[in-house]
Amino acid sequence: MEGTAVRGRLTWQVAVVDQVVDETPQVRTIHLKVPEWAGHRAGQHLDVRLTAEDGYRAERSYSIASAPGEPVAITVERLDDGEVSPYLTEELRAGDELELRGPIGGYFVWDAGDGGPLMLLAGGSGIVPLRSILRHRERIGSRVPARLLYSSRTLADVIYHSELSHYASGTEVIYTLTRQQPPGWTGHAGRVDAKLLGDVAWPAGTAPLAYVCGPTSFVETVATGLVGLGYPAGRVKTERFGATGGR
Amino acid sequence: MEALDGNAIGGLLLEVFGVEMTTATGTCDHCGATGVVAEFAVYRQAPGTVVRCPACEYVLMVFSQLHGRYCVDLGGLRTLAAAG
Amino acid sequence: MSPISRGFRGRRRTTADPSRVPPGQYVTEDFPVLSAGPTPHTKLDAWSFSVSGGDQPRSWTWDEFVDLPTERVTVDIHCVTRWSKLDTTWQGVSVDTLLSDVSHQASFVLAHCDGGYTTNLPLADVTGGQAWVAFDYGGEPLDPEHGGPARLLVPHLYFWKSAKWVRRLELLDHDVPGFWETYGYNMYGDPWKEQRYAGD
Repeated sequence: MEGTAVRGRLTWQVAVVDQVVDETPQVRTIHLKVPEWAGHRAGQHLDVRLTAEDGYRAERSYSIASAPGEPVAITVERLDDGEVSPYLTEELRAGDELELRGPIGGYFVWDAGDGGPLMLLAGGSGIVPLRSILRHRERIGSRVPARLLYSSRTLADVIYHSELSHYASGTEVIYTLTRQQPPGWTGHAGRVDAKLLGDVAWPAGTAPLAYVCGPTSFVETVATGLVGLGYPAGRVKTERFGATGGR
Repeated sequence: MEALDGNAIGGLLLEVFGVEMTTATGTCDHCGATGVVAEFAVYRQAPGTVVRCPACEYVLMVFSQLHGRYCVDLGGLRTLAAAG
Repeated sequence: MSPISRGFRGRRRTTADPSRVPPGQYVTEDFPVLSAGPTPHTKLDAWSFSVSGGDQPRSWTWDEFVDLPTERVTVDIHCVTRWSKLDTTWQGVSVDTLLSDVSHQASFVLAHCDGGYTTNLPLADVTGGQAWVAFDYGGEPLDPEHGGPARLLVPHLYFWKSAKWVRRLELLDHDVPGFWETYGYNMYGDPWKEQRYAGD
């Protein structure tokens, strides 16, 4: 039908919330039924548009948390002073409609053909598109080595914690907790810095492909650090979520 | 106010240009730096969207929405080419 | 037709006397930070304010500037992105004071700011007690995110005219579009006539 091929890429469409799942006290995954979804690539995002009864509108972008081939899901972090995230994480429920468009993005994406070894670096909710990449890698049975460095405030803030330890394809996950560590914590503590990167990043000589996602200051520090370790700038992909961790 | 990057306007660019543009390559008319749009600095909290050179902060692109229509200024770019 | 998002109300809004709310605006208790670029951080010992385009340029260092007569004002402000904030309190130097001994033939001003932002206004709209260069907001030094050390404050026009990080007022005999005006926003910007965009 004329227009069908374009629809779903450029146009807004109405999805229905299938299920909401709380990942942490501040973070919720929204599983969606999207009737005209054209499929997506790992790392892409979608735009959400909310309309209030008086016509007031707000738009935000959220990374797709599910892998290509899985039903569309987004993971949203509640920002205390947010306008949209409190609604999505507290009010929205199964059966509600959600207007969205996507998938969007051709830069911060990973397909099997891109190879590796993969160096994934997440700050806070920056884990979301990287989780899509890891789930995709798992689903296609890729043998590309993958290592994830994940920075969170506290252990309770780690999103997808159980899942990240259980990829059959063996992804090495290194955590650093910046604000508080539980008793007996054997992971790293404190913000990611050049030293931690030097300790955990794949050596530049292995020609890794890096994906860095999180608040702007995290991304800038990490990207600079990786380039400092010899990663070519073209092999370090970045996606900034802004100072407060959301968009 | 910290900048986002060109990824954040992927939807806007798709709407305006009709094709994926975060992988497009642009050259700053001020300092000559070349990069992909996804790595440009983006300021969205404003009357419009301002895209700046990550190297020198020069304004590369401005998108305003005036009465529902996009007004696009690409004057700060010497070149802009969608990925092949 | 977009569906209504059940239960979504948007940014915290308060009810207010409608006679204080220009058309198309809603009142908020927040103070949103809007910017077209990175926040400048000019040190006070490097800061100066100047007036150019008159008989001779005038310039004040920070110490000289805060030594000028200042006023404390309470005003409503209206952003073109549709939020309004009522009863905001500021302290600053009236533009009348800054122009008081400048001889000129100007009928317009162009405000120049750290970071390169500019905005234009008729001289008649920054004189007669309608405009200040403000350095205190809510009893505290103006935060860099909100334009500190000092910003222009012209509350009767849309707030993009209240240029953050202002450093110079240039007196002109003709109207020159500033940053947002160049990109399609109204040259004047009266919120009560909803002059948001060019041609409104």
